[in-house]
Amino acid sequence: MISLTGVHKAFGRNQVLRGVDLTIARGSSMVIIGGSGTGKSVLLKCVLGLVRPDTGRITLDGEDVTKVERDAFLARFGMLFQGGALFDSLKVWENVAFRLLRGSGKLPKDQARAIAIEKLRRVGLRPEVADQLPAELSGGMQKRVGLARAIAAEPEIIFFDEPTTGLDPIMAGVINALIREIVVEMGATAMTITHDMSSVRAIADTVAMLHGGVIQWTGPVGALDATSDPYVQQFIHGRAEGPIESVR
Amino acid sequence: MLTDPLAALGRAVFNALASLGRVTIFAGQVIGHMLRPPFYPREFLQALVQIGWLSLPVIGLTALFTGGALALQIYSGGQRFSAEAVVPQIVAIGIVRELGPVLVGLMIGARVTSSIAAEIATMKVTEQIDALVTLSTHPLKYLAVPRVMAGTLTVPLLVAVGDVIGVMGGFLVSTEQLGFNRASYIQNTVDFLQTPDVVSSLIKGAVFGFIATLIGCYHGMQSGRGAQGVGGATKTAVAAAAILILAANFLLTSVMFGS
Repeated sequence: MISLTGVHKAFGRNQVLRGVDLTIARGSSMVIIGGSGTGKSVLLKCVLGLVRPDTGRITLDGEDVTKVERDAFLARFGMLFQGGALFDSLKVWENVAFRLLRGSGKLPKDQARAIAIEKLRRVGLRPEVADQLPAELSGGMQKRVGLARAIAAEPEIIFFDEPTTGLDPIMAGVINALIREIVVEMGATAMTITHDMSSVRAIADTVAMLHGGVIQWTGPVGALDATSDPYVQQFIHGRAEGPIESVR
Repeated sequence: MLTDPLAALGRAVFNALASLGRVTIFAGQVIGHMLRPPFYPREFLQALVQIGWLSLPVIGLTALFTGGALALQIYSGGQRFSAEAVVPQIVAIGIVRELGPVLVGLMIGARVTSSIAAEIATMKVTEQIDALVTLSTHPLKYLAVPRVMAGTLTVPLLVAVGDVIGVMGGFLVSTEQLGFNRASYIQNTVDFLQTPDVVSSLIKGAVFGFIATLIGCYHGMQSGRGAQGVGGATKTAVAAAAILILAANFLLTSVMFGS
């Protein structure tokens, strides 16, 4: 279980997070929604230790994430970055098998390559793609390679940062379905940040809305449409009028 | 109002000192990681090729033309007091002690520092460095250590090659254009150069290689956002590397030959 309590983070004078309290149950898929620039990515990076919160506590299974052994902690995570974040100089299969080729759990090259090709197949990519460079792939394929890399070491927890941004609706649907399938199949805990409502409905068990640096609303995905929270209603219906200012 | 320029000067000095402090801490971290596993031999070999092998053409051409021009200048200047005969000796000492290492250092600063800074800065803005962290890989160990080690080891070799080619440039101009005897030119060069001249050249090369690669890595990792951030990091890295190389050259020359 991931738990965040009173997490604050500012960049200079810009107070991004103002006391985030959130719990993500083991094996569940939590989607965090919110407008652009509301600190969704910062929140996710705080959990991973990529950004250090100013105050507040983040725990994983009761252990403070700032006090755990970093390598063992990070080995439990997989992450799909918004732009894929594939390493340009490495072939696709080397990207997917990056963790498998290094560190304490290092595998022989052939075995790592075989796992990478299997993970590529799992996300719908042909084995021929394995020897290409990321720059030779389309945006949707790069996203799928990023997804294959995120699941390559079969992590317990997977983070997805804007998984469908920049993709056409069909490819977005494919990615959403893949994420849901993988999370269910692997029994992983998932945390997704997005402002794409079709992703929310496809991926989420529970939804949390981040606004004004705090969790404005949280509940099961089935309750999203029925809630009377004006912030959630404005967001999910994409209305210009409402408590969320359109000029930020 | 009158104190504004002084305040600006003070801020600039403080900023420069703070930057120097941050670079020094970064250098300490890189050296610390050099001594602790894991090591990344593949990345190190790639850096050796990128920094060493692929820099050879530009280093060779720079040294060749500089050696030739130096011979012409010394011959022309020497004529004023009938000292044309010292061309082989002055070309040799000028190239080996000073111009060879400095020119190689500056060319590495232009070619390698810029490329390292731009590559790492791009990795930063495209979240590849964050991705490295999530894949349990220390960015400094994976990106900076192989490059800085390769720079420190290969630039002295490039300096040695540059020295030989530079002296060769002087030899070609002197023998083909200025009428020097080939055998006596080589004999004069070999007799005049001493071991400390060559050793100082190689030491300078190692220091300049360390500076050029370290500064590229540092500014790449400190890059701001977007294309402007990458451009700014690259520009600052090249300028900082050039200044630090020239400053280090002065310090090393003072220490090794000052007395």
